[in-house]
Amino acid sequence: MSTYQKIAMALCLAFAATGSALADEFTDADVQRWQQQFMAVVGEGRELWISPKLGSNGVACAQCHPNAANTHPETYPKFQKQLGKVVPLWQMINWCLKNPLEGQPLAADDPKMTALQAYVTYERRGVKLEPGKH
Amino acid sequence: MNAINNSRRNFIKASGALVIGSTLPISLVELAFAESSQNFTFAYISDAHIQHIKDNRFVRNWDRGLIRAVAETNLLAPKPDFVMFGGDLAQLGSKPELDHGAQILSALHGDVHHVMGEHDYYLDLGEYWEKLFGPQYYSFDHKGVHFVVLNSIKTYDDWTYTRWPTAEQRMLEMAGLDNPNGSPFMVGDQQRLWLKKDLDKIDKNTPVVVFSHSPLQKIYKGWNFWTEDAEQVQALLKPFKKVSVIYGHVHQIQYNQIGNISFNSVMATAWPWPYPQSYAQAEQYLPKLTVPMNRADPFFERDASGWQFINLANGNVDLNFTLYDNTSRIVRHNEKQKRPEDAVYQDEKARIVPQTHY
Repeated sequence: MSTYQKIAMALCLAFAATGSALADEFTDADVQRWQQQFMAVVGEGRELWISPKLGSNGVACAQCHPNAANTHPETYPKFQKQLGKVVPLWQMINWCLKNPLEGQPLAADDPKMTALQAYVTYERRGVKLEPGKH
Repeated sequence: MNAINNSRRNFIKASGALVIGSTLPISLVELAFAESSQNFTFAYISDAHIQHIKDNRFVRNWDRGLIRAVAETNLLAPKPDFVMFGGDLAQLGSKPELDHGAQILSALHGDVHHVMGEHDYYLDLGEYWEKLFGPQYYSFDHKGVHFVVLNSIKTYDDWTYTRWPTAEQRMLEMAGLDNPNGSPFMVGDQQRLWLKKDLDKIDKNTPVVVFSHSPLQKIYKGWNFWTEDAEQVQALLKPFKKVSVIYGHVHQIQYNQIGNISFNSVMATAWPWPYPQSYAQAEQYLPKLTVPMNRADPFFERDASGWQFINLANGNVDLNFTLYDNTSRIVRHNEKQKRPEDAVYQDEKARIVPQTHY
């Protein structure tokens, strides 16, 4: 065993002693659990999407956007010509909440906003990202 | 074309009186036949989706669409012989919604014929609607044309009568366009039997115009842009030389030709819908012939609604669309190709960016 090999082995032992699991190792069960967590939030988003109670007038997102079609989450952030600036998706969702739904906007980190974005994006799965596309 | 051009000019002149420009969410239909004295027009308003909030409050946006259509229809010159309402007057089929919608429509001058929509039907299976507007399916003759109105939004009996614990839930389940618990529309055996008998009496050279709420063709089942027994209904229409089907429900421009039958959709007064191809997970069959309307701009509340002149001079449909905040569209029957074609955009190379739906 050369000097370099000895040093390398010593380093490996030192790392192995620092913890029982490596940070980048996870199991199929972990992946499944995380997917379930995600899909639960997608489900909450779908419920909000069809809810007459999200705004104030009974209008639901799905009335104009069945299956979240024509929302184009893959194009955000983008220049929204009507707002005159580049905005992320959640700002456009808030525009809809305030206008057609005659309701209150949600905070960017409101769990409801997270759920709405999760649902909208899930319905667009498989579509390539095209930020900025009009 | 002269009659059309004249009426269009008069029409715009009349509407200009209100300083509302050329943005009319109605459809003026002109039927011109050999006898010019027999020419007549009718207007077409559809899909108002009057939505009750509570007490005397209704969704302002949808109210405005219908109120505007009624006001502008009353300005038509020449005055239309009658007005068609293409269904989905209500959002959830309730008495307050149907009453409120009927009240707005009562300002129309002249006769109104109604088509049943699913949003009018699935609370009480059309009982209250019938009291207000009459039978759910019927036919009438007007100046040499045979008109047929179908209730095309029925579905399987099991879904209608046994699946849901309450009428309210049944209505809600059918009202969600993308609801997987919904059920495909159909005309049904009983009505097709009636249609066959009705058409048996009609000379095969008589132009036939069929009004339905759902397309009598199959486009996308997931959103009920679909009629389950479409082929069977088409078969009953096959013996006639000139047949046009005009339908609502889809809230967008669609047109198609299947054999002898021309299909045309009309616009909604309430809101536009995406074309099915913009749902990434769907398999759909928008007629290849259809050049889509421009993508709707949500910042213009009434965008992607419109009105059209329909000229049936040769028994085939020529459509002149005028769209809110958008360029007008003309879809004419091409005699050589025997199908409707857009006058400007039909060629792939002629299409413009806003017509790309994704």
